[in-house]
Amino acid sequence: MTQAKGSPASPGPAGWSEYNLPDAQGHFGQFGGRFVAETLMHALDELEAVYRERMGDAAFQAQFKEELRSYVGRPTPLYHAERLSAELGGAQVYMKREDLNHTGAHKVNSALGQALLAKHMGKRRIIAETGAGQHGVASATVAARLGLECVVYMGEEDVRRQSPNVYRMKLLGATVVPVTSGSKTLKDAMNEAMRDWVTNVDHTHYIIGTVAGPHPYPMIVRDFQSVIGEETRAQCLETLGRLPDTLVACVGGGSNALGLFYPFIRDESVRLVGVEAGGYGIASGQHAAPLSAGVPGVLHGNRTYLMEDEDGQIIATHSVSAGLDYPGVGPEHAFLKDAQRAEYVAVTDDDALAAFHHVTRKEGIIPALETSHALAWILEHAPKLPKDHVIVVNLSGRGDKDIFTIAEREGISL
Amino acid sequence: MSRLETRFAARKAAGQKALVTYLVAGDPEPQATLPALRALAAGGADVIELGVPFSDPEAEGPDIQAGCERALRHAVTLRDVLAMAKAFRQENSETALVLMGYLNSVERMGYETFAKAAAEAGIDGLILVNLPPEEADALQTCLAPRDIDLIFLLAPTTTEARARAILERASGFVYYVSLKGTTGAGHIDPEDVAARLAPLRSMTDLPIAIGFGIRDGETAQRMAPLGDGVVVGSAIVRRMGALALEEQPAELESFARSLREALDASC
Repeated sequence: MTQAKGSPASPGPAGWSEYNLPDAQGHFGQFGGRFVAETLMHALDELEAVYRERMGDAAFQAQFKEELRSYVGRPTPLYHAERLSAELGGAQVYMKREDLNHTGAHKVNSALGQALLAKHMGKRRIIAETGAGQHGVASATVAARLGLECVVYMGEEDVRRQSPNVYRMKLLGATVVPVTSGSKTLKDAMNEAMRDWVTNVDHTHYIIGTVAGPHPYPMIVRDFQSVIGEETRAQCLETLGRLPDTLVACVGGGSNALGLFYPFIRDESVRLVGVEAGGYGIASGQHAAPLSAGVPGVLHGNRTYLMEDEDGQIIATHSVSAGLDYPGVGPEHAFLKDAQRAEYVAVTDDDALAAFHHVTRKEGIIPALETSHALAWILEHAPKLPKDHVIVVNLSGRGDKDIFTIAEREGISL
Repeated sequence: MSRLETRFAARKAAGQKALVTYLVAGDPEPQATLPALRALAAGGADVIELGVPFSDPEAEGPDIQAGCERALRHAVTLRDVLAMAKAFRQENSETALVLMGYLNSVERMGYETFAKAAAEAGIDGLILVNLPPEEADALQTCLAPRDIDLIFLLAPTTTEARARAILERASGFVYYVSLKGTTGAGHIDPEDVAARLAPLRSMTDLPIAIGFGIRDGETAQRMAPLGDGVVVGSAIVRRMGALALEEQPAELESFARSLREALDASC
């Protein structure tokens, strides 16, 4: 991609110890940026200005911290999965329990931060896109908490697949709009949310659910989610007296992974592993793994790795996990891949499901199907690592929402 | 003088407004496009924007989304669109032809490859809805030597400082987005547009075309006095989707002529 501007994929002359991206235009090397219709440019400038002001504002920070503590339930524990570790016979597996957050996943960290920003910008209405429904539920929840109007866009296909979450959002007072255009899934929900935003930009804030979208979203969502990695870092130092050796997380858009990774990017000794949705296998073409098998392109406001055809059309993705079923990925992940600071691998539907059952039985924790992709990597790799090697996996969400999908796949009617 | 400048200048000299029309290439099927281009030109279109179908047209309203989906059912590619443009250009050297779409189509082909192919096809300009000027240097470097104008949009939310920066890079014409919304939206407000266009007028000598939400002769007539031309898109795409192949050319020509007459009546 000779046409892209910005530096090649390197952390800069000072190396990773001074890592400080994005640049002023929202670039992570050649990735990121702000590729949206002109009507939205001013809203993005405004959001960035308000965000930078509030990040330096002690009162806002204190408010965010207190909401995370008393409403979300942070800090979440760092749990030593001793039975699993003993069985695998290699590395010690620790789980960062984001599943214990209010609403059951990491999504609420960023939804809460953004809803507080919306409040400070004087916007009375929030919109969100959702795939599996976790980000939609988190947005509807914080909207109820802060007294904001909430509209959630959700692909018609996902509305059908995730009806419990649709009902949950409605109970919380949100309007759920089924999206019937395109492939009727997460990417189309995001298109529709952008169309709403461009129309209602004066009084509406768009809460993007992942570290993608136009600048400043990848930065804002990352920063709000970084509470995961910051806590993990402090917990490791406190209980183990040292940093972990390997961090593992599933990657769809990549917000739970970046939330865990970001506070460790400068520590080059810490290995970062992102696990994408391999669907029926990379060779089948039926997957949702743009970092493993995609090319750089521009979609939803940023340049990143995408799944597209020879003509640049975005192609249909497949994953058993609705939350990973997205053809793009956050631009910072694209950068970390090219710079070889993080490695990205793919895990198939079948391996993720096997890990789901294994961890559920072994540890008494029902993980989300998304999270199960990261757990599958651990089941394969932990046995090969020494006993004093510490792996932290982001247990990004709980699997209650997935029991219907799993029962259906296994021919059980509930 | 480029074909775009010539067309706008000729209308201005005659005390008229330019008619800019839009259709999605390959919609509802590939063989519909060349007859539709001829019909729009015959009906009095000065500029035709040929939409490059994209899987994720995030700035479009329902009509143009549906048009993209119809074209993509026939797997219409950017190369196909360029071939359609070239076929039209071989028989028409007067009507300005602008490609309109999303950055990923051009990025996938490669900027230089695209610029060369577009020049060979007789393309006069390019509008990429999701390419802001601050990201456009590399592409503009490839287009400029071939006299292909990269046309930028200004919106009701564009600040004055930003408008100045955009207009410094603009060429061909300026596309003024008349409302906050997607293409084909229904809440256009002439007074609001007039108030916002006034300061832009003093910043540029380029022609200003007003688009988004102009659907018929009546709205065209109301908006025309405010700029140098109007853009009509969704209303054409809706007709393409509703009409049988053999009915399309006559309907499109008569619709374009009704817009032309409305514009002439406004002056």
